[in-house]
Amino acid sequence: MLAFAEEIGAEGPVTCVGGRTQWEVGGSVSADAREVRAPVGVVAFDPAEMTVKAWAGTTVDELDAVLATGGQMVALPQAAGSTIGGVLAVGRSSIHRLGHGQVRDTLLQARVVMASGDVMTAGGPTVKNVSGFDLCRLLVGSLGTLAIVGEVILRTRPRPAVRRWLRTPTDPFGLAARLFRPSSILWDGTDTWVCLEGHELDVAAQANLIEAATEVDGPPQIPHGRTSLRPSELRRLPESAPGRFVAEIGVGVVHGTSSPQITQTTANPSVDAIHQRLRTTFDPSARLSPGRFVSASNVAPASPPADRK
Amino acid sequence: MSRLRHARPGTRTVPTLAEELSTALAPDRVETSPLHLSVYGHDASGEQGRASVVCLPVSTAEVQACVRLARKHGVSFVARGSGTGLAGGAVPLDGGMVIVTTKMNRIIEVDTDERYAWVEPGVLNLDLTRAVTPLGFHFAPDPSSQQSCSIGGNIANNSGGPHCLAYGVTSPHVLALEVVLPDGELCVLGGLDAEPDGFDLRGAFVGSEGMCGIATRIAVRLTPLPPVIRTMLIDFADVADGAATVSAIIASGMVPAALEMMDQRCIEAVEAFVHAGFPTDAAAVLIVELDGLTDGVAAQVATVDEIALAHGARSVLVAADESQRALWWKGRKSAFGAVARIKPNYYLHDTVVPRAKLVEVLASVYEIADRYQLIVLNVFHAGDGNLHPLLVFDAREPGVLERVHAAGAEIVKASVAAGGVLSGEHGIGIEKRDFMPLQFSEIDLDAQSKLRRAFDPDNVSNPGKVLPSGSGCGDSHSAGEGMWV
Repeated sequence: MLAFAEEIGAEGPVTCVGGRTQWEVGGSVSADAREVRAPVGVVAFDPAEMTVKAWAGTTVDELDAVLATGGQMVALPQAAGSTIGGVLAVGRSSIHRLGHGQVRDTLLQARVVMASGDVMTAGGPTVKNVSGFDLCRLLVGSLGTLAIVGEVILRTRPRPAVRRWLRTPTDPFGLAARLFRPSSILWDGTDTWVCLEGHELDVAAQANLIEAATEVDGPPQIPHGRTSLRPSELRRLPESAPGRFVAEIGVGVVHGTSSPQITQTTANPSVDAIHQRLRTTFDPSARLSPGRFVSASNVAPASPPADRK
Repeated sequence: MSRLRHARPGTRTVPTLAEELSTALAPDRVETSPLHLSVYGHDASGEQGRASVVCLPVSTAEVQACVRLARKHGVSFVARGSGTGLAGGAVPLDGGMVIVTTKMNRIIEVDTDERYAWVEPGVLNLDLTRAVTPLGFHFAPDPSSQQSCSIGGNIANNSGGPHCLAYGVTSPHVLALEVVLPDGELCVLGGLDAEPDGFDLRGAFVGSEGMCGIATRIAVRLTPLPPVIRTMLIDFADVADGAATVSAIIASGMVPAALEMMDQRCIEAVEAFVHAGFPTDAAAVLIVELDGLTDGVAAQVATVDEIALAHGARSVLVAADESQRALWWKGRKSAFGAVARIKPNYYLHDTVVPRAKLVEVLASVYEIADRYQLIVLNVFHAGDGNLHPLLVFDAREPGVLERVHAAGAEIVKASVAAGGVLSGEHGIGIEKRDFMPLQFSEIDLDAQSKLRRAFDPDNVSNPGKVLPSGSGCGDSHSAGEGMWV
């Protein structure tokens, strides 16, 4: 870790590169930023602890292969070449988020290099930990603008005994209400893909609840582009976003080139100020991935319902 | 910080603040009597603080008014829910304002289609679950104090509970927060949409122990009730066998909904209190709960049974019906009440260790308690290594408190030394603030302080908690006079 910190140093623009599978998120990094890569390798895996320690430069594929030997996995998206550090920095969950949970709940501890060049530890090594402020959640999705992640401890989960993908013309919203903990429900406006995981007989019983289902090898091809909506807003996608899309039912993420029309509430100036203070206190000389845009104005905040007295 | 109270020499700062609050809220919801100041000067921890005024707002606008008046008068403020916190997180340290959320206790909206509910912070944890159970849902975090603790308090402490093994602690169950920031401005963190880009300020706020502002409305995730639940009671003649069973269950590829352990002394106390049917001659019992669909649960019950017997279990019982299950859980959750039969006072600790270190650290806990001539009971979330040593004592015995604190400090140190952490679900508050350097370096603490200051640059929201003073990132210096008005 110290060698990685030394490589990053304390001065000059720098950015950490993973597999470049989501490199466009947040915009381009200034051309003058020096590129570094986090170390590679799985450091320790103990199935009985349900945690794994790995260097951030390790690919998710390599991590998955190691975890498979203990019958476990992590809830990180798996694209060819993507690294642990990369998917954490971007913070976008996999299409199995409905069943496996979010990327941001996966990170237990991170050893990072701060803009000052110092090594900082966020979180703790155990599966449960509320000691101090939750810097891990702040780091996930921060696009490398607050610190550069070197080594992590992640929460693992059991690998399902059986996984089946089914395709059906059935209404996905009814399925989402009816099925018990499906791993994924995807919808392209016409067809629905359901992933069921668990005990063989349970999966078979759940599959029987899906009308006109045919067994398929996996999910449909996921188009580029991504929007985050409320789960109920997905119903009107065929009208509001004609064109090719794949929506994660029960979650609200929409994949597709044609971005659906949504009303983005103007970001709150106070929230903007918090973002700004975070960036300036963590990175006073703006050297970490300069040019990357992480702003509250990306966020479409929910309003609590009007007060009903 | 006495200088705060005398920020305006010659003027009666506190009465003026109380008067203005009475106008902004209502006279009967602003308290300055010695009795109220004393009651709201402490929580369920042993820490005693000092408040100058207590207010009980009923709306977001009133919370905003309280915060703005606190700022105007140069006093700090502390949000407080039901006051069940065990680490002193809601204890006012510097004579500031206590903002009590108990009157903000409405469930505002329940949406079972999108599976969320908007609630006010004073809603009690169990009341929310009771409200949504008929609809087929529950609120998953279930602290043992769930009958009396508030959702706002759960947010502040990122609270856990027995069922957090499978479902996670509070944070994953919080979608959005309406927050009155320390400058009095209102904002919404997070959202009902799936996964917006940008810093996860919602995640940063949850568990920040009231130091980043006050949550006034909370959108929580509702979790469907599992179709099948099986609860098992496993009896061991040796604590080590029980701990080995825990590790083997997890390694076998399942995450039970709950995996709880009680040691012999705890079993005895609970049994005398609740008559749950626990074997009083056991060295330890495990309560294992499995949920899901019929066949998967049946297979897991069989696997647990096999693992337990292979690790020396004397008996394995499966709850025959819901009433037996409820009775076992009542026994588990009544442990803290039951100890009153042994001694009038208790001090409950909360640390986490790697599961593989459970036996070793438990042995240290017993050894430490013996050395300080204290009685210790262990009732804990074994599945995630979350220990809860309960030191019982009679505070009237001279010198006993010193021994309790010294033993507690050793237990915390032993846990961290074994690769564990300071707190699994109770938080740091005042209780463990000065232990933070055991787990974190000065650089780590400074980074945490940066997060805090991004929300609260003036150090007015629950100052003096979590971050130790004197480490270059101290949080004990409250904002002075002449601050933002």
